[in-house]
Amino acid sequence: MKVFESDVQLIKYEVIREVVKLTINGTLKKERKNISKVLIPGPKARTRCCIHKERAIIDERVKLVMGGDKKNNNVIEVINIACDECPIHRFTVTEACRGCIAHKCTEVCPVGAIHSINKRSYIDTNKCIECGRCKNVCPYNAISDVMRPCRRACNAGALNFDEDKKAVIDNEKCIQCGACVYQCPFGAIMDKSSAVDVTNILLESKEDKNIHLYAVIAPAISSQFTYAKIGQVVSGIKKLGFKDVIEAALGADMVVLNETKEFAETIEELKTMTSSCCPAFVSYIKKNYPELGKYVSTTVSPMIAISKLIKNTDPLAKIVFIGPCTAKKMEIKEADIKGITDYVLTFEELQAMLDAFDINIEECEELPLNNASFYGRIFARSGGLTEAVKHFVETKNIPIEFKPISCDGLIECDKALKLLKFNRSNGNFIEGMACSGGCIGGAASLSHGVKDKNEVDKYGKLALEKDINDSLRIIKVEEIDLHRGKDFMSK
Amino acid sequence: MKTVTVCIGSSCHLKGSYDVVHGLQKLIEENELDNTVTVKASFCLGECTKGVSVKVNDSDVISVNKETVNSFFNEYILNDKQ
Repeated sequence: MKVFESDVQLIKYEVIREVVKLTINGTLKKERKNISKVLIPGPKARTRCCIHKERAIIDERVKLVMGGDKKNNNVIEVINIACDECPIHRFTVTEACRGCIAHKCTEVCPVGAIHSINKRSYIDTNKCIECGRCKNVCPYNAISDVMRPCRRACNAGALNFDEDKKAVIDNEKCIQCGACVYQCPFGAIMDKSSAVDVTNILLESKEDKNIHLYAVIAPAISSQFTYAKIGQVVSGIKKLGFKDVIEAALGADMVVLNETKEFAETIEELKTMTSSCCPAFVSYIKKNYPELGKYVSTTVSPMIAISKLIKNTDPLAKIVFIGPCTAKKMEIKEADIKGITDYVLTFEELQAMLDAFDINIEECEELPLNNASFYGRIFARSGGLTEAVKHFVETKNIPIEFKPISCDGLIECDKALKLLKFNRSNGNFIEGMACSGGCIGGAASLSHGVKDKNEVDKYGKLALEKDINDSLRIIKVEEIDLHRGKDFMSK
Repeated sequence: MKTVTVCIGSSCHLKGSYDVVHGLQKLIEENELDNTVTVKASFCLGECTKGVSVKVNDSDVISVNKETVNSFFNEYILNDKQ
């Protein structure tokens, strides 16, 4: 039984499902305006003030599922009318305030922004610097931190507001990590979708034998579909019309091989290297620490590596990457690697597509998904890449000292980058994961419960190949160019 | 040039396709056929129910496994069975 984390996730799923259903019938253009009435039949509103607002928002979601605003380069968009205009000031005095005599709040404020008026404390938002001292000192806990969830979620400094308090994304700073997409309690921020394009090419491939569609699955699959086995999901994906389903983790094995080689060859001169598999992390460096661009590994991400391998074996291949990540939607459009991976779907979109195609994965037989090694599979969690490279360095007896720093989440990434900028880094390899927990914490995951890193490792141990040397033993990795373009770190 | 395509998709992989590839590469070397026979990997060839899927040039899928690599090689490569 599929379970949704919230009504936000449920509504998103329903919209994608309906859009895909109409695409399959060939009636999307004609019937798209009816989707809102189908999902919000009324007369009572499902979640908001009235059915008219709900339907208008559904129309906006439909637009995003159909590809969104073409004039906006960002894959993440704010649905203006869905934004609830949450307070823009961080701290507020609640009714728990008793107008006490001690009023420690006013004493502790460094800028004199809080005053007692008529036995109540008030914060002058023009003076308030949001330090939080007043909140910490109130004996009644009467001061509340009501920072907008979107702003709190964004660690890239890309979330602003307009004069109507509507959220606005600064495309110059946005790294497409999707934290705001996941955190907005009104689902007012959403990622654009390729579900319509993928549906169309799936339908085309059924008629045209010259279109070979391959699905590449992120290793984060291990913690996703709780109501079915991975093998059943693989079977469901094949039923959609894919020629084969392949683990991105095999691409991760290739990345370890290439990146370790790169590390060994360049570390003496460069002194430090950062990982390059998380596109949000790479984008963060590009936008905030461009001077550190030279330290970023020139090795492509696992998604690109496995896509290249597949296209190497089959020139007619078209590749759809399926994962928990919104930033991947941006990565495939990067100039130097455009066209290698053709489409990106998220697990959320996959779930809706399976239902639109009437495929019940709970009734599917189990098919195998097994090409990669344990080390490729653990890329899905923070510290996985580091562990894989460390192991590889040891087994190949590479005589360099490998001093890794594993950064879990964007704030830790920023800390490490700052230290590197000021030449005070303690390590010589920075693994950067923009999402907390690593890819399993990605914005478009189906569940965001306490992610057990052990789940990832458990799944890793099920790999037939125990080591990278084993999984790659018959693959001529040296015949595949696993390097980014020369200027991939310049804007 | 004879191209022997061996499936390395998940199902065939679990049935030992990597060993089949290795076996073939060894046989090609032993028989000094490096210039006329090459082994290629591919993903799912669509015949997942039998052994490891192998094709010679554009042939139909032939079922091979670690034990039958030698006889497959004799039949289809050395004796040129179509």
